[in-house]
Amino acid sequence: DGVLMFQQVPLVEIDGMKMVQTRAILSYIAGKYNLYGKDLKERALIDMYVEGITDLMQMILVFPFSPPEAKEKNLDSIKERATNRYFPVYEKVLKQHGQEFLVGNKFSWADVQLIEAILAVEEKIPAVLSGFPQLQAFKIRMSNMPTIKKFLQPGSPRKPPPDEYYVETVLKIFKK
Amino acid sequence: MAGKPKLHYFDGRGKMESIRWLLAAAGVEFEEEFLETREQYEKLLQGGSLLFQQVPMVEMDGMKMVQTRAILSYIAAKYNLYGKDLKERALIDMYVGGTDDLMGFILIFPFLSAEDKEKQRAVIVQKATSRYFPAYEKVLKDHGQDFLVGNNFSWADVHLLEAILMVEEKKSDVLSGFPQLQAFKARISSIPTIKKFLEPGSQRKRVPDDKYVETVRRVLRMYYDIKAN
Repeated sequence: DGVLMFQQVPLVEIDGMKMVQTRAILSYIAGKYNLYGKDLKERALIDMYVEGITDLMQMILVFPFSPPEAKEKNLDSIKERATNRYFPVYEKVLKQHGQEFLVGNKFSWADVQLIEAILAVEEKIPAVLSGFPQLQAFKIRMSNMPTIKKFLQPGSPRKPPPDEYYVETVLKIFKK
Repeated sequence: MAGKPKLHYFDGRGKMESIRWLLAAAGVEFEEEFLETREQYEKLLQGGSLLFQQVPMVEMDGMKMVQTRAILSYIAAKYNLYGKDLKERALIDMYVGGTDDLMGFILIFPFLSAEDKEKQRAVIVQKATSRYFPAYEKVLKDHGQDFLVGNNFSWADVHLLEAILMVEEKKSDVLSGFPQLQAFKARISSIPTIKKFLEPGSQRKRVPDDKYVETVRRVLRMYYDIKAN
């Protein structure tokens, strides 16, 4: 129907647009709902933090589609990156400014992206936050924000961890 | 007022090239420090300059910025190449996302084995001609304007020209089914800042060669095989 600009999903119909490209959609939502900082420099920080988390999440995204023999190695990679590259950065950011949120002392897209990533990694590696007290406190704080708390409750649109059925469905639809 | 932006990367295209293009398009002069040795890289790491231990890194306006997309967005907004409102920004982000995906296939190309290179060349041309170029051809045809978004020169135009030229390096007649894109290429190439960047002696980098691949592997200790996805 020509609705998917690059023949891909996600697709979000919002404000009269048929938006594709995950990053573009997220940026639009963040901009529209004041979750993108107060000026260009805060936006730059949010973008940097979000991009880092996205790189980590990418490893988790592809994990269900990796062959069984590669899964253990991939899991080790996720653990290694989370604990040596990504989590230390956010731990340090929070420790240095001592504020509740990552950027500008205000709730932003970066905070949402980070809590999502923390929970996703914990599903694979339950004790992953054990060396990160700031992130542990951050996780609790974010989980208690009313909108996030609601999203974390059963019955919300939040999706469960990908299972075999999900993988099968995706592969079937995109079969070339 | 801060000095010129300073780019930290290898002496080659990679992920920094889109940043060079955008700065050049905006008429912004910049300096470059080229990573040639492992020691230089470790010095940057130990100095805490690389937030996620990676390059590109751009020193600009008192920040040590990393993450290519964050850097590009900042430059685009600062130099008014990001549309006039949220909706134009959304369009620019969508279009840039597409050209970014297309250039992603080319980014890994130099690191592939000779056999995989031939396969990848075909993939690049196929993706360009059946997925990406038709989308931009349609955008230009539908509104009939000179630029992709809002009748104004933007980051999306710079990124698309960069992508077109890169694909043409893999197959020189790849634009033959796309008259709008041919005209677009000619128009954008003749914008003074872009024209200057396309001339010899500019900071535009050459097509990556074996020496570039060697340097990247050596500096990053990235000796594993890279496979196309």
